[in-house]
Formats: sequence, C-alpha cells, structure tokens
Amino acid sequence: MIDRSEPIGPLRIGEHVSDASFLSILERRNLLPTWDAGPVDGSPVPEATTVLSLTWADGVLMAGDRRATAGNIIAHRRIRKVYPADDHSAVAISGTAGMALELIKLFQTELEHYEKIEGTRLSLEGKANYLARMVRGNLALAFQGLVVIPLFCGYDETNDVGRLFSFDVVGGRYDELNYATTGSGGGEARSFLKGSWKPSLTREQALSVAIEALISAAEEDSATGGPDIKRGIYPSIVLVTDTGVEEVDDATLATITAQVIEARP
Amino acid sequence: MSAPFYVPPEQLVKDRADFARKGVGRGRPIVAVTLEEGILMVGENSSPALRKIGEVYDRMAFAGVGRFNEFETLRVAGVRYADLKGYSYARADVTAKGLANAYSQTLGQIFSHEVKPYEVDIVVAQLGADVKADQLFRIQFDGTLRDAHILVVLGAGEEAIQEQLAESIAPTLGVDDALDLICGAIEQAAERQIPDEAWETGLLDRSAGRRTFRRLSVDEVSAARDR
Repeated sequence: MIDRSEPIGPLRIGEHVSDASFLSILERRNLLPTWDAGPVDGSPVPEATTVLSLTWADGVLMAGDRRATAGNIIAHRRIRKVYPADDHSAVAISGTAGMALELIKLFQTELEHYEKIEGTRLSLEGKANYLARMVRGNLALAFQGLVVIPLFCGYDETNDVGRLFSFDVVGGRYDELNYATTGSGGGEARSFLKGSWKPSLTREQALSVAIEALISAAEEDSATGGPDIKRGIYPSIVLVTDTGVEEVDDATLATITAQVIEARP
Repeated sequence: MSAPFYVPPEQLVKDRADFARKGVGRGRPIVAVTLEEGILMVGENSSPALRKIGEVYDRMAFAGVGRFNEFETLRVAGVRYADLKGYSYARADVTAKGLANAYSQTLGQIFSHEVKPYEVDIVVAQLGADVKADQLFRIQFDGTLRDAHILVVLGAGEEAIQEQLAESIAPTLGVDDALDLICGAIEQAAERQIPDEAWETGLLDRSAGRRTFRRLSVDEVSAARDR
C-alpha cells in the first residue's frame, strides 16, 4: 500500500512513528534534506553572518544583519536570519545560508507539528534541546566546512522569564545570561554589548543597543552588513515577551537606526 | 478444510454498514457551522484531555465522532499529511479538498478490506477568505464524501439537531449566538442539561493571523450561554 516513489503519498494510517516528531516522519520516509558532498573548492556557498540575542525588561530580543557573503562576494543584501520559531520563541542562524534556512523551516514545522499532535506546546527547554539535536545531526558536514550555528530565545512560561540559548557545532547547548552572539561579526558585537547592555533595558533602549551592536560589528567585519538607509535595508529584529512574538516593523527600525547613527561619534 | 460460506456482497456491505452505523450513532454529537466570523465546531465532551475537535493546519480543522482511537488515528494521519505537504510544497497548497479525498480513500479501503470497518464519522473544515468560500467536508465510515454548506451535524440525534438548526442557524449570527443555539439544540436532542465546562469547541477565526484555530474558554462559553 505504501508507495515509496510518492513524496507525500496517500494518508498513512497507523504509520509507526515513535513520537510526535515531524523529523521522524521525514526520516522514516527518506525525505530528510541531505547534503552529501562538501562545496567544490573555489566556489564558496553563501554564508549568513552576525546575529545576537539579549534580555530586556519584558523578555528577550533577537537581531541579525541582512548580509550573506560567498567568499569575498556579497551574495545577498536582504537575507533574513531571525525568525519566530513559534508563538513564544525565536530562532536566528549564522553559517551556510541554504542549510541554515532549511534548518529553521524544519524547526518551525517540528514545533507546530508537536503542538498539534500532542495538544500542548513543548517546554522552552525541550525546544532548545531539540534544536541542539538538529545541529548535532549536521556535524559531519560541519567538518567539511558547512557549518550552521543557531541562537535560540523564548519566553519560559513555567518560570515567567525570557531565556536565551547559544549552541556550538557539536550540538552543545548553553544557557546564556544577559546576551549572546554568533557569526563572523559576533565577537565585535559581543564586545559592544559588554559595554552597553544593562539589566532591565526598556523596549526602545533594547532596540537601540541591538542595532548599534550590529553597526559596530559591520564596521569591523566585512561579512556583516550595516543598515543601508538609501535602499531601506535595516537589521531584522524579533521581540519575545509573555504576550508572544513581535516582528519589529521597518518604520520603527528606520526611526531607531537613524537616531543611533546620529548619536554615534 | 472446510470451504468458507458464501456471503453475497450486498449482505456483506449491509452488515458492515449496519455495524458501523450503530457505533457512530452512539457517539455524542458534533455540530460544525460556517459563520461570518469563522467556522465554529461544538460538541459535548467531558474529557479535557481526549479531544474530538482539533487543528489540522493554518485554516483547517478536524472533528470526529465514534470510536476515539479510530478518529484520533485519522486526525494524526491528517496532521502528518498536511504538515508534510506544506513543508514539501507551500502552505497555500494544503487544502481541505485534498485531505477529505485522502480520508475518503482510506476509509473506503478500510471499510471493504479490513476485518472491521471504522466506526467513525468525521468532518474537515477549511476557512476561506469569506463565508462563501468556506468549505465543510463530511466523510463517513464507508468513505462516502459529501461537501456541506453552512451546517454539518454528526453523531447521536443527528436528524433532530439538523432539523432544529437548519431553521435557526445563519452565517450572519455572531459566534456566541450560534454557540448558544447549537448547545440548546444538542441539549434538547439529548433531553438533559449539559454543564458549560463539558462543551468542547473549536473556532477557525477569520480575524486571526496565520494559524486561525483556537478553542473558546469556559468563560466564553458561559458568557454565551448565560444571556
């Protein structure tokens, strides 16, 4: 009855999948996205760069620049690296762009799928652990140079607090206090945040600090793109609070970016 | 070895259908209606854990009566089908028509090939841009697929509830008015009062964002019923 050649196939009743996992279904049906070979020498694939996350008074914030590079070429000017993962968490990525975007899509589908099958959401801890497992699954490719490193943040409804998590290439998962960064400009952004982050930042302050950290990274790192006012390109920012996820609109970002640039020495 | 008795196919189908119909007829009823505010599904369910109404996709919902394990199997298969299709193609490519067809094929197959047919009656709803574009599909235990307009009633007391609501339900009603009418009709058919917390509801809310499915809280149900 089961036809392997069909990508979706008919409805499968009683298909044995051990948990409420979307990935398990893909795995079982041989549909998991795979990248078997590393990149051919001399033709680099697009890389997404600096993303950061920080806590503020009402929750957490996640921000990323908009540039992707392939070697010394600017591959994309408007790529998005920061996404809502579900209604109460957000995820950002750095590294090989194509794989990273697929990872985010899978992660979003996974969370929604679990919620629908089980009737409850995964805990924030559960989501972070699952993401770590997905990164770990990518280890072999990471050694070939196709690295994907996410940041994850969300509102912990059990403890009523915003939390953020960083990851490493082997799937290590780290609870971060205050702020975290990753990507090629991450070091520079972190240095900036070390000086400028304060406990209980207001919404406007948090947005300003995040934008300025990205500008600061863009000044030192050629793979990180600064705001491009002429083309209307601003960092993408997502806020997570107890009421849910908010994607900050371009008009707000334009105003705050202008203020930040004006105030910079 | 003894040869199996010959059973004429008409008799076989009738026996199976009678068996399934009896099982479904015992199930507590569920009503689905299309309103201007969205698609509302209501049923009596004293268990807050074992759901009969559920979210399938952004603008799609499922409801079933009959044996819980059987319609739950169908619901889970439907969610998998929808998520897989949306992931492989695009979110807009997941349609109730496709899913209803898949359910119909599956139930038809089970009805004629398995040891016993599923004792279920299910409805798949899809929220359109406006009430005219809403879709309700009803799929019965033998795979019979029908598309309904405005109102679908499944389970025990189906005819009585259908008859009563056919006159009173209109898409222009608000969610609370429709809820009150439906609850009243179900109570009348069951000939008893049903407490507010024993109503299970699902609403595909036309004013919501991407994921339109939500459940009404007990407070919302009480507010609608206490007027």
